[in-house]
Amino acid sequence: MNTPNSLLIRRSRRSSNLSFVALGLVAVGLVMMPYVVYQSVTSSMVMLFVLVIIASMWNLLAGFGGLVSIGQQAYIGIGAYTVIVMADLGVHPLIGVFFGALTSAMLALPTSWLAFRLRGDYFAVGTWVIAEVYRLVMIKFQFVGGADGKSLVGLSGLDPVMRSALTYWFALGIAILTVLGCFWLLRSRIGLALTAIRDDEVSARAGGIDATRIKRIVYLVSAAGCGLAGGILVVDALRVQPDAIFSVSWSAYMIFIVIIGGIGYLEGPLIGALVFFAMQQFLAEMGTWYLMLLGVLAICAAAWFPKGLWGAFSQKTGFRLFPVGYHVAQRFDTPVDSRAPLFRN
Amino acid sequence: MTEPVLALRGISKRFGEVVVAEDLDLTVAPGEAIGIVGPNGAGKSTLFSMIAGEQKPDSGAISMLGRDISSLPAQDRTRIGIGRTFQIPRPFEGMSVFENLLVFATSGAGLHGHAAYTRAAETGERVGLGDVLNAQAGSLGLLARKRLELARGLASDPTVLLLDEVAGGLTEPEVADLVELIRGVQQEGLAIVWIEHVVHALTQTVRRLACLAGGRLIADGDPFEVLDDPVVREVYLGTTLTTEEDTA
Ligand SMILES: Nc1ncnc2c1ncn2[C@@H]1O[C@H](COP(=O)(O)OP(=O)(O)OP(=O)(O)O)[C@@H](O)[C@H]1O
Ligand SMILES: [Mg+2]
Repeated sequence: MNTPNSLLIRRSRRSSNLSFVALGLVAVGLVMMPYVVYQSVTSSMVMLFVLVIIASMWNLLAGFGGLVSIGQQAYIGIGAYTVIVMADLGVHPLIGVFFGALTSAMLALPTSWLAFRLRGDYFAVGTWVIAEVYRLVMIKFQFVGGADGKSLVGLSGLDPVMRSALTYWFALGIAILTVLGCFWLLRSRIGLALTAIRDDEVSARAGGIDATRIKRIVYLVSAAGCGLAGGILVVDALRVQPDAIFSVSWSAYMIFIVIIGGIGYLEGPLIGALVFFAMQQFLAEMGTWYLMLLGVLAICAAAWFPKGLWGAFSQKTGFRLFPVGYHVAQRFDTPVDSRAPLFRN
Repeated sequence: MTEPVLALRGISKRFGEVVVAEDLDLTVAPGEAIGIVGPNGAGKSTLFSMIAGEQKPDSGAISMLGRDISSLPAQDRTRIGIGRTFQIPRPFEGMSVFENLLVFATSGAGLHGHAAYTRAAETGERVGLGDVLNAQAGSLGLLARKRLELARGLASDPTVLLLDEVAGGLTEPEVADLVELIRGVQQEGLAIVWIEHVVHALTQTVRRLACLAGGRLIADGDPFEVLDDPVVREVYLGTTLTTEEDTA
């Protein structure tokens, strides 16, 4: 049998190698930030990193898995409370954040058995209800402060400037890991299946993909990511308040960021988070008007840029920051007919 | 005696008042090529959906090579060797032609790495999509989409391939190419069940033809005898079959 060795598949293009260098430089720049800017700047940027994390997770979930959840705040809350409880047990809060990811994923599994029975709109509403149930259960527990919430022990001894920088680096590190993790996931076999499910689930099943299994994996991954984000929020604020941490506005933020940035693109949540963060900084004084402006913007974006800012840009230019596809760089040089039969049975 | 590659027993299915299958039996021998004709809305595509596991029959059993697969989900049926094309093509629009095929070569045929790449590229070349392997599937015209359906079916390395109107809309030379391709894969041992209104494409490919009407196979046997059957001509009166046959 003659093997067509000449077939050559590339996973990246030259332009994306350049973009990786650029991204690396941005990352280095971000790491240096605490040395060059005021502490108030870096501490407000922790929120940017949290937004990048939760929006990336929601993009995986809704943009690829088609699972439009408005209850991911459940896992933000669970992650946060895990850090509080572990700290009481003597675990360092920064380690506790990773346990937060673990408990979130563990609770997401039984939750998925329930939530996956619901379709479409019912799934969205169902996940919200489930998040509320988690909040109601949480405030029943007096050892985590009931409805008042609780302060985090274990970090208060640190010098405030040092603690602020540490929190910044920690949040930055996790945001980078999350984005790279999404990139790795989408480049893997699971990513190929996930992209197929994004485009057409019936067709994906006909292609041999166990769509339910893949969606469950994505649901667990996204819960873990939100757990990390919740942990960071506690480490940053040094306390947890159940109504705030389980607030549905987290879901509103995720959705806004992903829609504005570009749903179904890894780059979308990054762009969207930047836009959202900038708006938060400049328009926060506007109070309620600011929220209404957000809503109007999201609707306009959905109407004119259905694929978001990144989608519009990349469709025009063909440019991708994160190449997840397969490019046939060189075809066979032997004529088709002279090769081995396709079927051997 | 070898087990039939597909055996449908007592399949019934209705949508409200519309009966699309009623106590229907069908067996397909390994490597056999069967054509299926029938008036529009007879339930041919629904029959494929039931074999492929996308829809459940109201009653009846389906087995493959002696194994009851009635409760297997669609993805498992693909993996054990039931390939299907959609009458209205359903490509993954945001993925390239090659990536579309790669899904079927990995998840469907269970291949990894270079073996999967090779199969994806080979099936693409084989249906004539070699020049557009990197094109986004959503940008393809109808004919290329139909070719892609066929290639995706082939890429999953099926034992039996269900083709739903892959020749519709093709020019005569294109139909000839398609017939040659399908005969080729059949000679390599693949069983084919082919729903088609372009009857002369069928008669050049299959040795057995069945006609589905009113939820039953009203005729099943030698293609020319079936086409001459007065009952078959009756259900087709004034529809595509007669015109196609007359022009063929
Ligand atoms: N999911 C569904 N729900 C309700 N009715 C359906 C559904 N799918 C198909 N039908 C109906 O069942 C009948 C059979 O449809 P089917 O597509 O199987 O026909 P067909 O023989 O493939 O027709 P054609 O030659 O036009 O492709 C049609 O009347 C159709 O409207
Ligand atoms: Mg049909």
